[in-house]
Amino acid sequence: MPRGDVLHGSRAVAEAVKLCDVDVIAAYPITPQTHIVEDLAEFVANGELDAEYVLVESEHSAMSACIGASATGVRTFTATSSQGLALMHEMLFIASGMRLPIVMANANRALSAPINIWNDQQDSMSERDCGWIQLYCETNQETLDTTIQAYRISENKKVLLPSMVCLDGFVLTHTIEPLEIPDKDAVNRFLPEFEPAVYLDPDDPMTLGAFATPADYIKFRFEQEKAMRNAIEAIEKADREYKKETGRGYGLMEEYNTKDADIIIVSMGSVVGTIKEVIDQLKGEYNVGLLKIKAFRPLPKERIKEVLKNARVVSVVEKDVSIGLGEGGLFSEIKGILYNLDERPKVLGFIIGLGGRDITQPDIRDIIKLSKKAEKDVVDEVHWIGLR
Amino acid sequence: MMQETMQVVVDTPSYIKCRQVCKANVRANRCFKFKKNLEAVSGDELFAPGHSACAGCGATVAVRLALKAAGKNTIATNATGCLEVFSTKYPETAWRVPWIHAAFETSASVASGVEAALKKLGKDVNVIAFGGDGGTVDIGFQALSGAMERGHNMTYICYDNEAYMNTGVQRSGSTPYGSSTTTSPAGSVSIGNKRPKKDMPQIIAAHGVDYVATASIAFPLDYMKKVKKAVATNGPAYVHVLAACPTGWGSASERSIEICRLAVDSGMWVLYEIDHGDARITYLPTKKVPVIEYLKTQKRFRHLKAEDVQDIQDMIDERLKRYSNEI
Repeated sequence: MPRGDVLHGSRAVAEAVKLCDVDVIAAYPITPQTHIVEDLAEFVANGELDAEYVLVESEHSAMSACIGASATGVRTFTATSSQGLALMHEMLFIASGMRLPIVMANANRALSAPINIWNDQQDSMSERDCGWIQLYCETNQETLDTTIQAYRISENKKVLLPSMVCLDGFVLTHTIEPLEIPDKDAVNRFLPEFEPAVYLDPDDPMTLGAFATPADYIKFRFEQEKAMRNAIEAIEKADREYKKETGRGYGLMEEYNTKDADIIIVSMGSVVGTIKEVIDQLKGEYNVGLLKIKAFRPLPKERIKEVLKNARVVSVVEKDVSIGLGEGGLFSEIKGILYNLDERPKVLGFIIGLGGRDITQPDIRDIIKLSKKAEKDVVDEVHWIGLR
Repeated sequence: MMQETMQVVVDTPSYIKCRQVCKANVRANRCFKFKKNLEAVSGDELFAPGHSACAGCGATVAVRLALKAAGKNTIATNATGCLEVFSTKYPETAWRVPWIHAAFETSASVASGVEAALKKLGKDVNVIAFGGDGGTVDIGFQALSGAMERGHNMTYICYDNEAYMNTGVQRSGSTPYGSSTTTSPAGSVSIGNKRPKKDMPQIIAAHGVDYVATASIAFPLDYMKKVKKAVATNGPAYVHVLAACPTGWGSASERSIEICRLAVDSGMWVLYEIDHGDARITYLPTKKVPVIEYLKTQKRFRHLKAEDVQDIQDMIDERLKRYSNEI
């Protein structure tokens, strides 16, 4: 039987990892991810989870140990945040290039300097090209469900790419929400035992991580992109089957009041909860919808285009910025997706909530008002919200 | 290339004195014990010929002998470097054991993950992490220290050719005093590398690692015995093997073994082991060779003046004295 509980986002991740019978965990503490690795250590210490726990000396080694363990044919997990993710940068490309289905939770946090432990999404946004599936979560329930789904998606033989489950630091990791923990049998039905495609085995020696010359390198990169395209279908399939078992599904993205909306806000992560709330409050006054991006990598470009093409204004609300371009990553990509349409909506970018700055309902109302103004008037393309 | 190294191990030229096992001063081909030990060496070639290493490459000898000692029930991890480049050019490989390479500094951390997975699977397989000196004493230092401290059941083998050879002979923390490299060139106001070599085996020993040993590719039986002990150790073990690099050392490719023997006979490199805290020198030259005999075989030392050579002689004499007292 599924059981109801009231848990922190961090605990939700740990519960999911336990349900997935992860074999090797290699992790290093960093705020605000620490509760995840502490909870897992507790599960292992109490015999609730039969896993090898490697207490590495850095995030770089955490990812390296996950690579070694995954290549030896077992299910692996790690969790990190911000500086830790940045330290892993080198190994992220290697994990995906070697096609290892590692799953990692990233507690989204701002990057130094100045040092700041609070939430934004600059850390994972800065890793968008590293070949990992990136799934952003709105609630603790979604985080738990997504972590379980991530193994199914990553281990799909047509995919074989690592997954990053992104949950907003503090906003989710340290916030208690009621949720439902699925039944172990349901998870077992949904997630079969891990069968590695290839692994290090003295009875059948393989060379993994070889050296490729210019003649071959590009082939590997192309295969990775193909696998990422396959992940779109794999995510939907996993979600459908997960829904059959638990009644809950999230899809590649979520549309909220988008049909015939004049203005569509595009965003991802926990902030979409606030946005939905404000949209409800303004019903009748403003014709606004929301497109919540769950799968940022792979980005379902065609679906996004279909949803957004008839809007007058598309406003992208995000917690990251590409310094020197002066706009957020999601904004640039949404603009790019719409560019080749004959008639396209105006696209506005809103940089908000950096370094954990509160995103309030009035902030969202201001964004909607400005978007409305942009239907007729010329307004700046990019806005920083909360500067003072 | 492989022909040459095979001669060293399989065919024993009559002029080689048996120094591998005992100190009896008889010719190797007449030494019963030496012959018996040679026969005990595995005929399995787990590191295949056909790779693209330079002629006289010491790293290939180090790996080939290590795998002979460890046997095929082994998983190898590798740091980025010459070894990985010349042995795994896609779609070919020289490795007849399962092998994995991730990044430069990750041989020990990847091996940690491999070992943890094997433990979880209940599989009893040797884990050997290979790294060059740069990947071990410099960029891979932290990951290695962590792996040793955590007590993983693995053997780390550092093949030490005393500089970053893959990228073109740049100085590493393991480059000896007075050596000229491309980033520590000897010049009118510079002796070349100004610092002595980092004493990595002692640093690892300070981690409380169960088995630590130094070795030289010129002493194959001694080296293989140490690798066997390392692999049999139930916990972390570390072997640091001196391996000539003709390209980086500016030495004749056919003299690699001879030079690695001179290193030991001169005291420039000392062969010892620390087995569960019990330290002993495994080979002491019966007649010590002046260090100049070693230095003059290599272009990297050719700029040294007589007084520099004397300084080096004094340094190694002092070190040997210290080791003799401590070990």
